[in-house]
Amino acid sequence: MSTPAEHHQSAPQIAQGTEHAQGAAIKAIPLRHPWRVIIAVVLVAFIAIFVADASQRADYGWADVGKYIFDKRISQAALITLELTVYSMVIAIVLGLLLAIMRLSPNPVVKGIAWLYLWLFRGTPVYVQLVFWGIVSLIYPVLTIGIPFGTPWVSIPNDVFHNLFVTAIIGLALNEAAYMSEIVRAGLLSVDEGQEEASRALAMSWGQTMRYVVVPQAMKIIIPPTGNEVISMLKTTSLVAAIPLSIDLYGVSRGISAVTFTPVPLLIVASLWYLLFTSVLMVGQHFIEKRFSRGTGRRKADKEPDGGGGTTTAVAGTPLGAPTLGGQLTGTDFGGKR
Amino acid sequence: MSEASVSTSLPMVHADCVSKSFGSNKVLRSISLTVNRGEVLCIVGPSGSGKSTFLRCINHLERVDAGRLAVEGQLVGYRQKGDKLYELKPKEAAFQRRDIGMVFQRFNLFPHLTAVENIIQAPMRVKRMSKSAATARARELLERVGLGDKADYYPAHLSGGQQQRVAIARALAMDPKLMLFDEPTSALDPELVGEVLDVMKELAASGMTMIVVTHEMGFAREVADSLVFMDGGVVVEAGAPGEILGNPQHDRTKAFLSKVL
Ligand SMILES: Nc1ncnc2c1ncn2[C@@H]1O[C@H](COP(=O)(O)OP(=O)(O)OP(=O)(O)O)[C@@H](O)[C@H]1O
Ligand SMILES: [Mg+2]
Repeated sequence: MSTPAEHHQSAPQIAQGTEHAQGAAIKAIPLRHPWRVIIAVVLVAFIAIFVADASQRADYGWADVGKYIFDKRISQAALITLELTVYSMVIAIVLGLLLAIMRLSPNPVVKGIAWLYLWLFRGTPVYVQLVFWGIVSLIYPVLTIGIPFGTPWVSIPNDVFHNLFVTAIIGLALNEAAYMSEIVRAGLLSVDEGQEEASRALAMSWGQTMRYVVVPQAMKIIIPPTGNEVISMLKTTSLVAAIPLSIDLYGVSRGISAVTFTPVPLLIVASLWYLLFTSVLMVGQHFIEKRFSRGTGRRKADKEPDGGGGTTTAVAGTPLGAPTLGGQLTGTDFGGKR
Repeated sequence: MSEASVSTSLPMVHADCVSKSFGSNKVLRSISLTVNRGEVLCIVGPSGSGKSTFLRCINHLERVDAGRLAVEGQLVGYRQKGDKLYELKPKEAAFQRRDIGMVFQRFNLFPHLTAVENIIQAPMRVKRMSKSAATARARELLERVGLGDKADYYPAHLSGGQQQRVAIARALAMDPKLMLFDEPTSALDPELVGEVLDVMKELAASGMTMIVVTHEMGFAREVADSLVFMDGGVVVEAGAPGEILGNPQHDRTKAFLSKVL
């Protein structure tokens, strides 16, 4: 290893490399991948043709896309979609954590209840559940407390479900909680038993063990799929039409197109907004994942407390719209995940 | 706590006919032994003989089925009222563990925390120590185990021997009266065993009461005040390490020692 400094400088010139005795960069003809090139060329050609064709097809109504993309009604509806996503996910995560802990409980009744919940909410379509929550106030017009089949002590009108926005959040959250509980459970189970044992041996309580030892380590397992769930939820909100709620992004664009008879441009407008949001979420997910994988990398990496301020600052510098998002057109009533 | 003056004369650990089963598997059968304050007891024996289980009973990570197990005269995991025993609440059991440190074969450091953060957790959460005080103490302890310069390293970036020394420092941070070691060097590369044993020797010399499950006969001979050979959940032979290692009485002890020495 007597390599002098100039070898390091010449390292990038591998391809044209000069002959050196010891420690010289390897000079070899790189493996060729002709099929990769051919397939890529063909695909790019297809996309180019498709785009060229679409740009002059009347049905796409590009002028209308431009007109509606920043329409006040659309951007407000996009905000509603975001709110539906955030509120229902927050509730789902909390409820999911609770259900996960219940499923790990030694008490068979508690365990059974959590299992039953999962069976019911994961076993039926979210669309059907949303329809049900939409009509639940007709089935249960008043909520009563008292002896079953006796005169009620207290009865309150079932008002909650008259607010369709709240109904949508409840419906989405209850469904999502079932999925979240499985994710959280897998995360908690992934933490080595020795961790809990060490924590208990240090006289920490069960709650402290969970909070300071188990959950932080489980996060690494929980976060990536949770990010997927958030992205998925963003699109699932388009199913609130089943309640029926129509103030969300898809609902409003459908409403506009029903008047203007131009469905395609408004589908494109809605899709572009969904794509924008999912792209931002993907970037945010990347940074949160990095934050929670501390202590696992080989390098002594990012020790700094909060990894530089998370989601919001990160967005600007990163390319948006990764290719995996392509093809996930949101839109039809039945087009959601489940 | 009012018995503090009395407790100095009580043995640190007193086991009287302790038994423990997992289902139909009798893992401990009537174990009786005594460890006095400041003593080092080494436990040796073949795999599956119940050594770990016995250690885990002492700080109530496992519960004892029969017999009496007391640390400084206090029953472990139970409270006696009249002639009835009451199981302790989790909180009370945790309180008993405050004075007992434990070191594991596989270190069990918290991988998401740095060395110093590993050490300050229990003092902060359990003893409600301030972060700065706990950190200062943690740095002292790291210095003591020879890792003053590794305070901000994550466990993944430390060698096995260094990790185990951090684990010892983590246990010491609670100022235990008793330290339990469960094969602390078994998971280490041979050249790293010495650095951990050195820390343990220093600890023994400082007067710490220790129970050490180990296969390091040299350590047992040099440091232990007494040695116990366990097999099949019973204490086969107990006594001074020199005697047992030099002149074992039982065939099972002889067979075991011929394999490990
Ligand atoms: N939690 C448990 N549930 C059921 N059986 C267990 C449990 N822990 C230990 N055992 C059993 O108890 C017996 C004694 O185990 P223990 O770990 O105490 O042995 P050991 O002497 O420490 O062995 P080693 O040298 O391999 O660590 C073994 O047969 C083991 O399978
Ligand atoms: Mg063991």
